Amino acid sequence: MTTATAQITAKQRPGDRVFSGSAVFAGSMILVTLAAVAGFLLIQSLPALVASNEDASILDSNFWAYVGPLVFGTVWAALLALVMALPISIGIALFISHYAPRRLASVLGYIVDLLAAVPSVVFGLWGIGVLAPAIQPLYSWLVDNMGWFPLFAGPVSGTGRTILTAAVVLAVMVLPIITAICREVFLQTPVLHEEAALALGATRWEMIRIAVLPFGRPGIISASVLGLGRALGETMAVAMVLSATGAVTFQLLTSVNPSTIAANIALSFPEAYGINVNVLIATGLILFVVTFAVNALARWIVSRRKEFSGAN
Amino acid sequence: MSKRIEVRDLNVYYSKFLAVEGVSLEIEPRSVTAFIGPSGCGKSTFLRTLNRMHEVIPGARVEGEVLIDGNNLYDADVDPVLVRRQVGMVFQRPNPFPTMSIKENVLAGVKLNNKRISKSDADALVEKSLQGANLWNEVKDRLDRPGSSLSGGQQQRLCIARAIAVSPEVILMDEPCSALDPISTLAIEDLIEELKQDYTIVIVTHNMQQASRVSDRTAFFNIAGTGKPGKLIEYDDTTTIFSNPSVKATEDYVSGRFG
Amino acid sequence: MTTTLTPPELRPAASPIANSLTAGKLPQGAPWMMLGASLLVAAGVFGVVAAGNGSEFNWVGTLVVGAILYIVAIWLFSRIVEGSRRATDRFVTALVTGAFVLAMIPLVSLAITVVTFGLARFDAEFFTSSMRNVTGEGGGALHAIVGTLLMTGTAALISIPIGLMTSIYLVEYGRGRLAQGITFLVDVMTGIPSIVAGLFAYALFAIFWGPGTRTGIAGAVALTVLMIPVVVRSSEEMLKLVPNELREAAYALGVPKWLTIVKVVLPTAIAGITTGIMLAIARVIGETAPLLIAAGFTQSMNYNLFEGRMSSLPVFVYTQYANQGNPPEAYLDRAWAAALTLILIVMALNLIARLVARFFAPKLGR
Repeated sequence: MTTATAQITAKQRPGDRVFSGSAVFAGSMILVTLAAVAGFLLIQSLPALVASNEDASILDSNFWAYVGPLVFGTVWAALLALVMALPISIGIALFISHYAPRRLASVLGYIVDLLAAVPSVVFGLWGIGVLAPAIQPLYSWLVDNMGWFPLFAGPVSGTGRTILTAAVVLAVMVLPIITAICREVFLQTPVLHEEAALALGATRWEMIRIAVLPFGRPGIISASVLGLGRALGETMAVAMVLSATGAVTFQLLTSVNPSTIAANIALSFPEAYGINVNVLIATGLILFVVTFAVNALARWIVSRRKEFSGAN
Repeated sequence: MSKRIEVRDLNVYYSKFLAVEGVSLEIEPRSVTAFIGPSGCGKSTFLRTLNRMHEVIPGARVEGEVLIDGNNLYDADVDPVLVRRQVGMVFQRPNPFPTMSIKENVLAGVKLNNKRISKSDADALVEKSLQGANLWNEVKDRLDRPGSSLSGGQQQRLCIARAIAVSPEVILMDEPCSALDPISTLAIEDLIEELKQDYTIVIVTHNMQQASRVSDRTAFFNIAGTGKPGKLIEYDDTTTIFSNPSVKATEDYVSGRFG
Repeated sequence: MTTTLTPPELRPAASPIANSLTAGKLPQGAPWMMLGASLLVAAGVFGVVAAGNGSEFNWVGTLVVGAILYIVAIWLFSRIVEGSRRATDRFVTALVTGAFVLAMIPLVSLAITVVTFGLARFDAEFFTSSMRNVTGEGGGALHAIVGTLLMTGTAALISIPIGLMTSIYLVEYGRGRLAQGITFLVDVMTGIPSIVAGLFAYALFAIFWGPGTRTGIAGAVALTVLMIPVVVRSSEEMLKLVPNELREAAYALGVPKWLTIVKVVLPTAIAGITTGIMLAIARVIGETAPLLIAAGFTQSMNYNLFEGRMSSLPVFVYTQYANQGNPPEAYLDRAWAAALTLILIVMALNLIARLVARFFAPKLGR
């Protein structure tokens, strides 16, 4: 019994004490693990924060000049992925929750979930072996015909291994995550609201606009923030697909591309030595902080939503 | 196998909220006592304090005394687990364990406590309990089927069989018929009449006909308004409560004028 | 949601008057015919292009252009015949369906590619030999498969008890600050990028066993960090689904709390918990980056988690692709074969997980 009261102290049996004790222990292990993750990363990062190019060969001047372009690339690629994935995810979620026949809905949901089950290294292999060559002609066409648009400025990459291709692969990878959350939220729309809209003579789309989307808006926002967090930390697909030069540029289709923190670690770590290792760990710490902030934002949105809906 | 219950000046709190205030009553052994009253008047809450089931809800606590044959349930060294072995409970909705067969459900109270029981003893106990719950003839051929395969009324009688298998002194019933159809309700009411021979029975019901049919004594609870504590208004022989109540509110309630 | 009532037999009306309940409506099969026509037009265009410059017929292009044509056509026709509100409705329906089809393109393409490229080296030698002393053709991924099983198994052995007990704590015991804190931190852990987990394991072992230490156990630790939050989350969901009435029924029989959990709550939730655990394993078994960092890679068999580097299937895929030797086809074929193996393992785990959920879940009735 968990109630602590003034006059009663519930007797604890040995079995109860052992069992609840081990449950508390396991819960505390989570605290310890997370503290350890933060602690060890911090300890190993400290030497890098003050290092110069004399200590670490991969630095040009100092650590912050090294990590800056990487942060830019990470955020840029993740945002591009989100911009592509979000509308499609909302569409898929609506299709499954409100358009597809009820009996098919769970099967369709499962098919989309299959995308989430594919390991990222396989996505990387597919991105470089199939997607990049297939999409390169489109890039050439875009540069030739729409090169006036700054994002599509040339010269076009010959391999198709640009930041846009990496972002497409990332979009495919975060799509099932965003879809799954949106689907759940859309399915929770109060039937009363939907029927009220239909009874007013709304078409299906008008019903969705009146009842489903407003109800689901906080869910959509937190889903996209979670998807963003996932895209920020994704490693192998980007490492394999992207042919990075480390530049800071918004151009999507050229062979000059920024790298991302995670991909840079994966590519450089196996050969790293000395302080270079600490530099890479420090970039990992920064990635950790960024994703932590993004996920905390998503959680905050979700908790706000709970207050609104009164459901718990 | 039945005991007298005495409640002395009992207050029940959910955290800071006073849910039931100042209840004192005595319940005789081998009798059926019905608690009636409008929704939210605290009768179920009060019932659950009689075997300390209210403690399952975080923040719930009581002040006052509940004596079973003179022993206070709320003494410092009383183990709620042992209390509940003596004071069984049947819930509003039938809740057989879905992972267990009919037979295992009846033996649940014994088996779950890691007690060893020989196969013949177990079979005897299953038959005795199911017969006690008027269910034996209906399920004796399918004791190994899952408990959830039975109808609602049968499930509720299975839950009663499960409760009497641990040989309690008192059986508390929290609206045991509210989820059942009239025929199943009748079966349960007949069963209550029989169980009275051996057990002290306390039943919460919303159905005043049911209270007048099955109970010897009736307690009427009422609430002054939302947010106010529930109180025991009148406690008397069932016939008196229904024919000649001494309090105006009781008369209004049993004659259907409110609630 | 929509119930159609059969109207009572109408009295013979005096004369049919203008029915205000009907409006212009596209005939039943019209959308399908339009879809077919759009696809045909697109196929025609791409067919001419393909024939013109001798390139391959572009299936994806046909599908995308056909879909765009259809969306425009249905909107136009519906607007003319049915008015703007219906037209918008049909337009959105087409868009939403199109989004689903669009998402299927990478899935189908991926499945076809992995199977066609993967089958080239999906042979007995691949599963019975390592890469030791192999340059060029031949060789296999046995060392990587063994490494994957050892490291994932160890990670599961550590994270299942911790994850399960944590979820029990959160659902059955947790009140107040500690529980809130743990819930929050589990959320934070869910968001840890996998490569950061790898760096953590590397940093941990580097501090105690010197820099450059890469062992199987470090890989397992990295996977554990990724697996625990998934196990906690899914088990927590499942335990919450167990109706409180069952717990109360057990308490009312005088069963202590811990026995109630062990004998009533866990058996009721066990199918869902198993499903969650298998999905968690399926998730970490495909992790590449943390193992690349923490466990490294090797060409030889290594059965010892505590000594020397250890390969794993995903890392094998990556290294075969990244360090291509001569001839490169041999390396790429091995990468695809390993990718196929990995996908088959993950799919099998997913499938078994769903089957467990479907067939072993207790019927809660109601």
